[in-house]
Amino acid sequence: MSYSTKVLDHYENPRNVGTFGKEDEGVATGMVGAPACGDVMKLQIKVNKDGVIEDAKFKTYGCGSAIASSSLVTEWVKGKTLDEALTIKNTQIAEELALPPVKIHCSVLAEDAIKAAVADYKARHGEMQGEMVETAACKG
Amino acid sequence: MIKTPIYLDYSATTPVDPRVAEVMIPYLTEKFGNPASRSHEFGWEAEKAVEQAREQVAALVNADPKEIIWTSGATESNNLAIKGAAHFYKAKGKHLVTMMTEHKAVIDTMRHLESEGYEVTYLKPEPSGLVDIEKFKAALRPDTILASVMLVNNEIGVIQDIAALGEICRAQGIIFHVDAAQATGKVAIDLAKLKVDLMSFSAHKTYGPKGIGALYVQRKPRVRLEAQMHGGGHERGLRSGTLATHQIAGMGEAFRIAREEMAAENERVRSLRDRLYKGLSQIEEVHVNGDMEQRVPHNLNISFNFVEGESLIMAIRDLAVSSGSACTSASLEPSYVLRALGRSDELAHSSIRFTIGRFTTEEEIDYAIELLKNKIGRLREMSPLWDMFKEGVDLSTVKWASH
Repeated sequence: MSYSTKVLDHYENPRNVGTFGKEDEGVATGMVGAPACGDVMKLQIKVNKDGVIEDAKFKTYGCGSAIASSSLVTEWVKGKTLDEALTIKNTQIAEELALPPVKIHCSVLAEDAIKAAVADYKARHGEMQGEMVETAACKG
Repeated sequence: MIKTPIYLDYSATTPVDPRVAEVMIPYLTEKFGNPASRSHEFGWEAEKAVEQAREQVAALVNADPKEIIWTSGATESNNLAIKGAAHFYKAKGKHLVTMMTEHKAVIDTMRHLESEGYEVTYLKPEPSGLVDIEKFKAALRPDTILASVMLVNNEIGVIQDIAALGEICRAQGIIFHVDAAQATGKVAIDLAKLKVDLMSFSAHKTYGPKGIGALYVQRKPRVRLEAQMHGGGHERGLRSGTLATHQIAGMGEAFRIAREEMAAENERVRSLRDRLYKGLSQIEEVHVNGDMEQRVPHNLNISFNFVEGESLIMAIRDLAVSSGSACTSASLEPSYVLRALGRSDELAHSSIRFTIGRFTTEEEIDYAIELLKNKIGRLREMSPLWDMFKEGVDLSTVKWASH
């Protein structure tokens, strides 16, 4: 399997790897995927008073494309409001990283991770609409 | 200075030994005759080479040269053995027995026979990868015509007790086929003693060329097969097609070298494998897949828990190895062999197969150990599963989203 230069770059120099402190304010976490499927993504966002994501961090268990997809979305969500972050689509991630068809599920998982993190934030701040995040793990 | 990438995938294929290549070349240029040409010197010369190679292959496994049939490789040998016997003996019964951990060339052949109305039992191995003899015995039925069990597993390198399985089959008049593609030059094979009726061989796993293999077809008691390839009636009518003299000469030389150097080579390879294992054991949460005793010295299949195999392979691009994770396939299914052992999906996804060979050096092993220690540390730093493990979370109790 050959990887695009962008995937290799994110894989070699992943942006924003890490975890926020448990006490940090405005932090929400989205964890999607399953170990049995070979992919687990944890995306954390840190939202300021104005509802803008000012920082993001990730940890991912998965193939190079999964790591690159999560690294990319940590860059993309920064500076966006929650609603703006939700407009990021997996197709944009796949296009940016030139993912081959067999790796599209990695970009889907990254989109799901954003949704899950935003949903977690809203739940913590009383905005939970009762909507569940659908994830596409193991579905290809 | 170490030259990279370092080849640690000898079970996928081996380089042709330079001594083998040297033997092959004249049969491409000057000695190009068709071994089936009986009317001139060119044909006789080629035939002589083919027969000498047949003796060399037979000698490695202590068989009669007349019992060796040339094929294009172990896949064809497995097809010819299993379909050939199943078709020939179908009046006797239509049940076959094999294992879930066999090579695809056996599994898919069996699946094909199922579509023709045969019934196949796929035995699950023990967690060690070895077959339980009693379970094997219990799977045999009055209408069982053939059993097929590989000698050495390609993924985990475990050695099945084919001597015992052969005795059981022979006592019940069941044809016993053994895929020995991964075994030649690694374990001693004595077909004069073993109760094996059919055995498949490949040249390119034993420092010979690709595209050539052989099938042992026992003469006493005689095993009959229905040919799968029809034509000029070569190889006693069992496999038509002009013989590839240069490939055959190469396989003969490769097996001659294997016979002469096997004992010393296995000791050297074992010490390298043990060195690799010792080095990697210093890493936390590593698990060997398959029995460590009943195993060829060349193989180390190991799972690095909480690190996904494909990303690890990407991280260790300086090493040419195989992964048990098939994340590239649409199904995202990890190795069926590791799953048959009862390994969890995550451990199967985290597995790497190292296979060591004739040209592996101690420096290469040391380089591999250092590289792995570094990269696994880095990937675990990035792994949410590693964090959870370190926090004492039992991952099997976590409810994963939509799974």
